[in-house]
Amino acid sequence: MSSAAGAAPHLRIERVVKRFGPQGPPAVDSVSLELARGEFFALLGPSGCGKTTLLRLLAGFERPDAGRILIDGADMADVPPYARPVNMMFQSYALFPHMSVAENVAFGLRQDRRPRLEIERRVAAMLDLVKLGRLAQRRPGQLSGGEKQRVALARALVKEPKLLLLDEPLTALDRKLREETRYELVAIQERVGITFFMVTHDQEEAMSMAGRIAVMTEGRIAQMGAPHAVYEAPATRFVADFLGAVNFFAGRVEAIEGRVHRVASAEAGATLRVARDVALAAGREVVVAIRPEKIAIAAAGDTAAANHLAGVVEAVSYRGEASTYRVALASGKLVRVTAPNIAPDARLAVGTRVTLAWSAEAALVLEE
Amino acid sequence: MSERVRRALVIALPFAWLALFFLVPFVIVLGISLAEQAIGIPPYTPLLVRGAGGIELHASLANFALLAADPLYLRAYADAVLYAAAATAIALLIGYPMAYAIVRAPKAWRNTLLLLVILPFWTSFLIRVYAWIGLLSNNGLVNSVLLALGLVRAPLPLLNNLFAVELGLVYSYLPFMVLPLYAALEKLDPALLEAASDLGCRPAAAFRRVTLPLSLPGVMAGTLLVFIPMCGEFVIPDLLGGPSTLMIGKVLWDEFFTNRDWPVASAVAVAMLVLLLVPMGLLRRYLAGTTAD
Repeated sequence: MSSAAGAAPHLRIERVVKRFGPQGPPAVDSVSLELARGEFFALLGPSGCGKTTLLRLLAGFERPDAGRILIDGADMADVPPYARPVNMMFQSYALFPHMSVAENVAFGLRQDRRPRLEIERRVAAMLDLVKLGRLAQRRPGQLSGGEKQRVALARALVKEPKLLLLDEPLTALDRKLREETRYELVAIQERVGITFFMVTHDQEEAMSMAGRIAVMTEGRIAQMGAPHAVYEAPATRFVADFLGAVNFFAGRVEAIEGRVHRVASAEAGATLRVARDVALAAGREVVVAIRPEKIAIAAAGDTAAANHLAGVVEAVSYRGEASTYRVALASGKLVRVTAPNIAPDARLAVGTRVTLAWSAEAALVLEE
Repeated sequence: MSERVRRALVIALPFAWLALFFLVPFVIVLGISLAEQAIGIPPYTPLLVRGAGGIELHASLANFALLAADPLYLRAYADAVLYAAAATAIALLIGYPMAYAIVRAPKAWRNTLLLLVILPFWTSFLIRVYAWIGLLSNNGLVNSVLLALGLVRAPLPLLNNLFAVELGLVYSYLPFMVLPLYAALEKLDPALLEAASDLGCRPAAAFRRVTLPLSLPGVMAGTLLVFIPMCGEFVIPDLLGGPSTLMIGKVLWDEFFTNRDWPVASAVAVAMLVLLLVPMGLLRRYLAGTTAD
């Protein structure tokens, strides 16, 4: 191996294309990305966006039509799944029903003909890591969903792969367990130091677990970066919409004063002020995006704010820690606003006339 | 009607069916097997006779003693089990790849292929066995073609031997092997094979460590479904085997219809049933073991 291989990224995907059938757009369309060693990366996207196909390409279950996949500089093109330094945690877990938990975990090591004592030691250590030591002799059919999930993780980790692929690892769990397992999975990743490549459709899961996320749609990566960076500064309307809730106001750039763009919006019934670092040309059709939690809502609202709109509360959805309001503007446009329930009886009733206010920095101008 | 009565009725129905059509006939056969041959209608002595001291039981195990003493019966039993075992093994070797191929075939093809497996049942079993005579006899289709092509000088001895019996057994019972194997392999989650591959298994190793063990219930079911009726088979050895191949089903027929010795024939039947209960018991224990998990 050349000395350059050490400096090369751990995983490198170069313009990979995968088509199923000659017609239609490719499932994976010229995707490129690089992962550093020890990174926890999440690929996020709606179902059918090609994220699972990309995962299967990495595992070797599918072969790319074009492009290259390199792991530590080695091209994986002709490497079958059983010879790749990659292991996968399947969405269905795919545990072997005829084997005990310990045998499931030992499966890969036995196939590699490791010495018996080494297998026993590594399986025991791995079962300790996922806190399953006492269930070692159970069959998968006798385990709960959360236990199965941890067996699947242990089985994939025990071979100490260079890259661990996780296909919707938490989707099959119920909500409460899912949230606990997030922290556990991150803690395990930090302990073992293996590069994790996770695929999920759950934006909260991706943002809370991964160090870096990529949003994928229609076979392409729409945006990649740290979770807060992508959430706070989505590059497109799709990314803004997919990562959490957002209100959009269609409009036209009227004037630019320093960083502040004045966007005339018929939907908002006002001219909105939005800060933007890279200036857009005046006269351009744009979309102003503002997240529900960045809007202040009050009966006697703040009319001194950069943006303030009058409206009427049309619906309230109480969620305990916060309430989500649907506010109708004069134009008929419905705006979603989330406000924390700080005072016990601070909730606004349906029909209340309110003012919505936000600063120029809180919103974004998107070029569609 | 209370829930309990209704439930009891539902359970009683199959039990009544089994008692009427399996248990009662078996008890009758068992009774005949303990009697002696007699000239008359029915051709055996009654078990219960009104004697001087009331009703007396005239039962003897002489027929079973005869079976044990006469090497003809023992050989017929042994040969039947041996031929059936060989044919079962061959059916498994042919049926497993067939079932595997059907499971792996494109979805649009699968039902058609399954239909082809069952298709022979649309023709009577007896007629299909007769058809093999037409194919295998000295002036049958196979030999005619071979002679015409000059591949052989004299007709090959294809009929009235063990080869013909095995061929007939495998041919007739193959669907009963393929169907349970198909059912077992079809249930196999393809993700399990991907997981095996992901964990380092080449295709052959994945088959050995995942596919094969998970299809064992199907192998077991198919094997017994084929082996048990093959043991008692009468038509195939009679039509295709000629006089030299002796299976216990044929002995049974001869005792009943040629010798008109109902008691000995019944003893043969009872002994065969006991013989078949052994593999059945093994299957039950095996299935209980696999479903306990």
